[in-house]
Amino acid sequence: MSAFREGIEAMIPALRRYARALARDADIADDLVQDTLVRALRSERLFVGGDLRSWLYTILTNLNRNRRRALARRPPLTPLTDTATEAGGTEAEGRDIARALATLGEDQRAVLLLVSLEGLSYREVADVQGVPIGTVMSRLARARAHVKDALDGKRPALRRVK
Amino acid sequence: MTKPNIPVTEDELHAYVDGELPAERRADVEAWLAAHPDDADRVGAWRAMADALHARYGGVTDEPVPARLNVDRLARPPRRWLHGAIAASLLAFAAGGGAGWFAHGATAAPSSFRSFTADAIEAHRLYVVEVRHPVEVAASERTHMQQWLSKRVGYSVKAPELDGTGLKLVGGRLLPGPRAPAAFLMYEGPSGERYTLYTSRASTPAAQMRYATQADDGALYWADRGIGYVLTGPDGNKARLEQVARAVYDQTEKTGG
Repeated sequence: MSAFREGIEAMIPALRRYARALARDADIADDLVQDTLVRALRSERLFVGGDLRSWLYTILTNLNRNRRRALARRPPLTPLTDTATEAGGTEAEGRDIARALATLGEDQRAVLLLVSLEGLSYREVADVQGVPIGTVMSRLARARAHVKDALDGKRPALRRVK
Repeated sequence: MTKPNIPVTEDELHAYVDGELPAERRADVEAWLAAHPDDADRVGAWRAMADALHARYGGVTDEPVPARLNVDRLARPPRRWLHGAIAASLLAFAAGGGAGWFAHGATAAPSSFRSFTADAIEAHRLYVVEVRHPVEVAASERTHMQQWLSKRVGYSVKAPELDGTGLKLVGGRLLPGPRAPAAFLMYEGPSGERYTLYTSRASTPAAQMRYATQADDGALYWADRGIGYVLTGPDGNKARLEQVARAVYDQTEKTGG
């Protein structure tokens, strides 16, 4: 097996982890990983060195974005990224980290997962998303603030009143 | 511990948590956190968040990798696979009722048919939602478009006449295809529904029609004299898709291209 293929193979467990958190459904997640692998293997000749790991995360992130976009051709649900402090009655929301993640916008979720779960540097995440580092920082800040709110929702006693 | 001269920014707090803070600033941030319990709480919450993510998803890396993600199988040349397993693939599609082929491929190896169709569906999705620029060359320049596309894809491209099925040509574009450039034609029906025809050189000389669906789109793939065709349209009306495909097939058979 070529070094290229070995490098790809070594990344499969991490890609599955990322995809699972990103897509929240094990089957869809593995579909994303399979698609990512197929594309990467197909592009073996196009890959002229560089960071294989970032490249794979980039493919997966883009594939997921395409998938989400296709799903979102119906009128989009109100984005939950800017939820007010009280959503009113939906106590179940934010019960755990997965639910909290689900309330994030696509790009924010990807940033949070790439940084906190996959351990990519801000620079690498900027490359994966094709945006400046400043954008990564603001997405990360918003994602963390939002997830924190969602998680705090299950422990009202600890909620700080501003 | 001295009081930091420069106030610590929110970005620096994140960088501190993520190990991206320059070493010389660490002490400043730690002093700041000691003096600002609200920020210390937030930093604690962000760390707990990362721990929760690892607790929840970290175990995935210990799971055995499913066979369908085997790199050697995925990298197997499509041609070899096609020779050996075409019957199996047809069976798989039949068994799946054509639904969700992309999501639940029963065969591990990607066929050229799959990647071809996937590219076509991707192009379809990308461009059918375009209001102002769905095509590069509009139907008003049909002759020019056909000449241009024919030259680029290397075989004669004639936009089929689909008036009989209620579809009017919107225009076309040139796209990168799986093996060679692809010609992409868009048609529109009376209620704004759009169908696209994607053609490019295929790895198989001929293949019978196969149906695939993904999300809201349905696609029919076939190959004829070395050219692969994918007709994609709304998933809801398979009969219409077949009717349109039949019309396309009949015309390409006559014109040879």
